Amino acid sequence: MWKFFSLDEIKKSLLMALWFIFLTFPIMVIRVNPIYNVVEWRWQNMALVGAGAFFLSFLWRYFLEYKNPAPSKPADDAAVSRSGRFSELLRSSGTRRLAIGAAVILALAFPYLFSSYQVNIMTTALIYVVLGLGLNIVVGLAGLLDLGYVAFYAVGAYSYALLNLHFGLSFWICLPIGAALAALFGILLGFPVLRLRGDYLAIVTLGFGEIIRLVLENWNDFSKGPSGIAGIPRPGIPGIEMSLNASSVFLYFLMIALALFTIMVVSRLRNSRIGRAWIALREDEIACQAMGVDKTKTKLTAFALGATWAGMGGVMFAAKTTFINPASFTFLESAIILSIVVLGGMGSIIGVIASAFILILLPEYLRAFSEYRMLIFGAVLVIMMVFRPQGLISNVRQTYRFKGLQENKEGD
Amino acid sequence: MLKIRNIRTYYGNIQALKGITLDIAEGEIITLIGANGAGKSTTLMSICGVARPRYGEIFFRGTPIHEMSTEKIVALGICQVPEGRRIFPNLTVMENLEMGAFLRRDGHGIKNDLDHVFDLFPILAQRRSQAGGTLSGGEQQMLAISRALMARPKLLLLDEPSLGLAPLIIQQIFEIIKKINAESKTTIFLVEQNANLALKVAHRGYVMENGLITMSDSAINLLGNEEVKKAYLGL
Repeated sequence: MWKFFSLDEIKKSLLMALWFIFLTFPIMVIRVNPIYNVVEWRWQNMALVGAGAFFLSFLWRYFLEYKNPAPSKPADDAAVSRSGRFSELLRSSGTRRLAIGAAVILALAFPYLFSSYQVNIMTTALIYVVLGLGLNIVVGLAGLLDLGYVAFYAVGAYSYALLNLHFGLSFWICLPIGAALAALFGILLGFPVLRLRGDYLAIVTLGFGEIIRLVLENWNDFSKGPSGIAGIPRPGIPGIEMSLNASSVFLYFLMIALALFTIMVVSRLRNSRIGRAWIALREDEIACQAMGVDKTKTKLTAFALGATWAGMGGVMFAAKTTFINPASFTFLESAIILSIVVLGGMGSIIGVIASAFILILLPEYLRAFSEYRMLIFGAVLVIMMVFRPQGLISNVRQTYRFKGLQENKEGD
Repeated sequence: MLKIRNIRTYYGNIQALKGITLDIAEGEIITLIGANGAGKSTTLMSICGVARPRYGEIFFRGTPIHEMSTEKIVALGICQVPEGRRIFPNLTVMENLEMGAFLRRDGHGIKNDLDHVFDLFPILAQRRSQAGGTLSGGEQQMLAISRALMARPKLLLLDEPSLGLAPLIIQQIFEIIKKINAESKTTIFLVEQNANLALKVAHRGYVMENGLITMSDSAINLLGNEEVKKAYLGL
């Protein structure tokens, strides 16, 4: 601990402080006052930035050290058992059942404990849980980097809005139709990108996402262009009138049901034959072919099944906001959904759920900090990626059991 | 069992195979030796349909397979151990083996073959819950061969099983290859740069140079051949 205050470390921190002063100088120190035509020099800000950076850099290094203890030190053992204990806790059925029970009670009681504003935010977060789990199939399991996922979300939302507008179809009919259309678009996207991998795939899917958005924005006769579609009905139960409040609670429970359904299907998919094929395909395409895995079919099902959930999420989104326009389906949306998957830990279901809640709820609750909201949000993302690059909860598949290894060594 | 008739395979405009003809009979170990870039791996890839021959024909037990998709060829009973092992690094040994049996649905048979594979390579049984990527090179090669065996192939294609392994491990792996051929009558097509070892386990051999077969004879004759000795055995 005390070695953090050696001369060397102080030098490092001083440099860091100087660097931050230099970086923030134009925005923190200089202010041009256009009314009096003078430049204000706010030197006290410079001192604050310098002192802040100096002390925070100590903290930063301390935590980095804490995360990767240098090898051949007693601290090493402690670090292993620490992460081991956490995953052990996750694995034990007792705590798991308790956690699930608590989550169920909280989820059921939520609308009666909190305001309708909170219920609305929670519904949005649940939509992102579904989206995250859907993209998790494509990115986390099959390893296909898809930056245009929001396109399928748009397909779902617009299929409900348009079918309702022109043919008066109800939410309940549109939910499966939206899912099916999104799956169809998933296959349409899948065909041309079958041979692509990595960066190239990312670029093409990014383009695909933008194409869908631009079509929606410019094809006025079809989608009403940038002015969007308003007055989309909320889902209801035929024959029952619901107040605005009641219908948002109803939507919340609907979303809970959809999220549970998604979790169930995705976790079953992961352990199925096709799930195995996806994971194997992610690991090594050539070896997969040698095992007789049909590459084309496997990739297309990943795209189609991933898109299905985006389609359903889209229908839900349209029903929740009752108004959609192309501005809701920008690249930023894709980026957020991808962040949910990466932050949650690729391929891990619980991780994706947790990170969807964090990424969607955090900016909402940070509204109290008004203009610093996005700054804090960005800082949280950076800190998470530095300290847990494998995601919040990395896939159980990849965790290592030291006990087993030792047994093997004895067996040799 | 396998008849290859005058195949020519191209990578874009580059011709890798300039007319290869070879035959493999049931129950044989056939080896294909040659220098780097001679087209040995391309020949294997052409058989499994990963690289498709532009001209020529391949028959497996009378069925033409040169236009079939890779997964159909695998389903017929041709399984490849790719060059550089290519095991799935993040899957456990057990899951790797299960992937080998991907096309099979006979649970009981799979279980038996699993026992058989663990008999051949007892070390894999010990490592069964370990991630494939954490195995040593030799163990990975054993896993790659076992994974292919899990498909219960009639024809096993091995691409340079000795690549990057210690001499002692290579010896061990070649012993096993012989054993697989002798015990389960699996036909084996072995592509190797280590000509000396390959010719010692094989029944017959082909020598390849610049996309063409330049010699074919029984393994013993090839081992005694002056040209082969000079070019490939370093004698």
